[in-house]
Amino acid sequence: MRNVWVVATNTFREAVRDRVLYNLVFFALLMMGAAILVGQISIGIEQSVIVSLGLSAISVIGIFIAVFIGVGLVSKEMDKRTLYALLAKPIERWQFLTGKFAGLAMTLTVNTAAMTAGLYLALWSVKHTLTSSDRYLIVAVYLILLKLVLIVALAMLFSCFTSPFLAILFTLGIYVAGLFAGELRRVQAVNLTPAAMSMFRAMSYVLPNFENFNVMATVAHGRAVPGSLVGQGTLYAILYGAIVLLGASLIFSRRNLK
Amino acid sequence: MSTPAIEIEGLSKEYPYGFLSLKKKTSLENLTMQVENGEIFGFLGPNGAGKSTTIKLLMRLIFPTSGTARILGKSIDDISMHQNIGYLPEQPYFYDYLTATELLDYFARFHNLTAADRRERVQRLLKKVGLDTAKKIQLRKYSKGMLQRVGLAQAILHEPEVVVLDEPMSGLDPLGRREVRDIILELKKQGRTVLFSTHILSDAEMLCDRVGVIVGGKLRGVGTPGELVGIQSQGMEIAFELADPAKRVPLLEKATKTGEAYRVQLPEADVYAALDELKAAGARIISVVQIKASLEDFFMNLVDADRAQANAVEVSGK
Repeated sequence: MRNVWVVATNTFREAVRDRVLYNLVFFALLMMGAAILVGQISIGIEQSVIVSLGLSAISVIGIFIAVFIGVGLVSKEMDKRTLYALLAKPIERWQFLTGKFAGLAMTLTVNTAAMTAGLYLALWSVKHTLTSSDRYLIVAVYLILLKLVLIVALAMLFSCFTSPFLAILFTLGIYVAGLFAGELRRVQAVNLTPAAMSMFRAMSYVLPNFENFNVMATVAHGRAVPGSLVGQGTLYAILYGAIVLLGASLIFSRRNLK
Repeated sequence: MSTPAIEIEGLSKEYPYGFLSLKKKTSLENLTMQVENGEIFGFLGPNGAGKSTTIKLLMRLIFPTSGTARILGKSIDDISMHQNIGYLPEQPYFYDYLTATELLDYFARFHNLTAADRRERVQRLLKKVGLDTAKKIQLRKYSKGMLQRVGLAQAILHEPEVVVLDEPMSGLDPLGRREVRDIILELKKQGRTVLFSTHILSDAEMLCDRVGVIVGGKLRGVGTPGELVGIQSQGMEIAFELADPAKRVPLLEKATKTGEAYRVQLPEADVYAALDELKAAGARIISVVQIKASLEDFFMNLVDADRAQANAVEVSGK
């Protein structure tokens, strides 16, 4: 575990020094602008507008970081050959991979936490108060973070066996498909053969179901998120993420470096 | 008899290429050799000969198509073996957002060293490789030679028993090369084993107890530099001056002129006849020396033979 921690902390340091957290400035500007605008045009729906906008921004910025930096975690090290000296140290390849994953997960956690604080600030500036229902925001942000971590795992998996460009395409493709995993399971069409129906159902189970992590509408209207949903989402992210990382480790452990 | 530091048995590496990866290019073919404990072993070969492939296989950066290798008696698949080896990659590149101190500390953390021990070693090594004054500068601002020095420092920071250096002199100025040579010799004095690849033959001749020459993915010879060049036929070189340059001396047809002096290379058996001829012509003999074949000659002969063979295969293929 020590090796994983050493790689993770260095990955976090890399993200900080490569100015990944500068996106927070963009988020802050967006929230300030939204707060001013909403204060002028919305009557009674400030809460839901600010929360929806804030959570969407947290999600989109996070996805951007998870995909682009997630793909680069391994591929950049291979391209620049920084990996050569490292893998000659007493470190297993799976430890390196897990460390990189944990490092970006740490970065995303800090980034998301800072954006959440910004969102609360924007809410407070619009409403001049915070209510007890605003605490549900934390739950929504937590589920977004689980989604982002899962995307990082997928990005790393693809980057282990294909080019960075294709890995980005595959990750984004799986993400979009995963948004409709639930729909795929429920698909009912008269002109579909039983075989096609079975295939869709099987795909819906294989694809990551990102619907599990979307409680934005519930929270925007100040409603509580059921604990069972949070537990289910957590378990799902852990299991799915572990399987994806295991696959990535198996591929990477036999990969010839250039 | 002690276990060799590095044992390589039948190591081969093929790379698939072409449509559906059906064709295969052989980078290394059935390499078998040993590097003994405490020796400096030079791995020589032209670019693309298979030197770096061998080293990468030993460092498990790539995986062999067949064959095995052991370092300090342990399989190269055994991760614990890496506690005791140091490796400098060819044209090293490191995390450019780190300073040299941070990079060395990062690598040292994989070797179970305490924080105080890491600090002491990092400072000592930076001084040794001449980067003491640049230790707080991010590596993105380092020159190629400075990166090479950092690379050398990280390879020996944990005091490994076996040090593998891939082209350690590459990118260094004469002073840097001298420093690296001194470090390699110091490692030998400390009883460590050094395997380094190079195509700078003078470095190999100067440093190595033994060398292995690899050309076209095949090992062509292993031995001390003296043993290897001993295989070559030797001759003699006579340097002389003529009192009367207009005088016709048949030997002049084979001679080259530098300044006022002529030099001619002959088989040893022809030396006395040549000296008689020069005496008769009234020449002044400056020197008669044995031509000692250099490692470079041996090396060049192998490379030429390999190219000739490759051309022959290509022609017969057509």
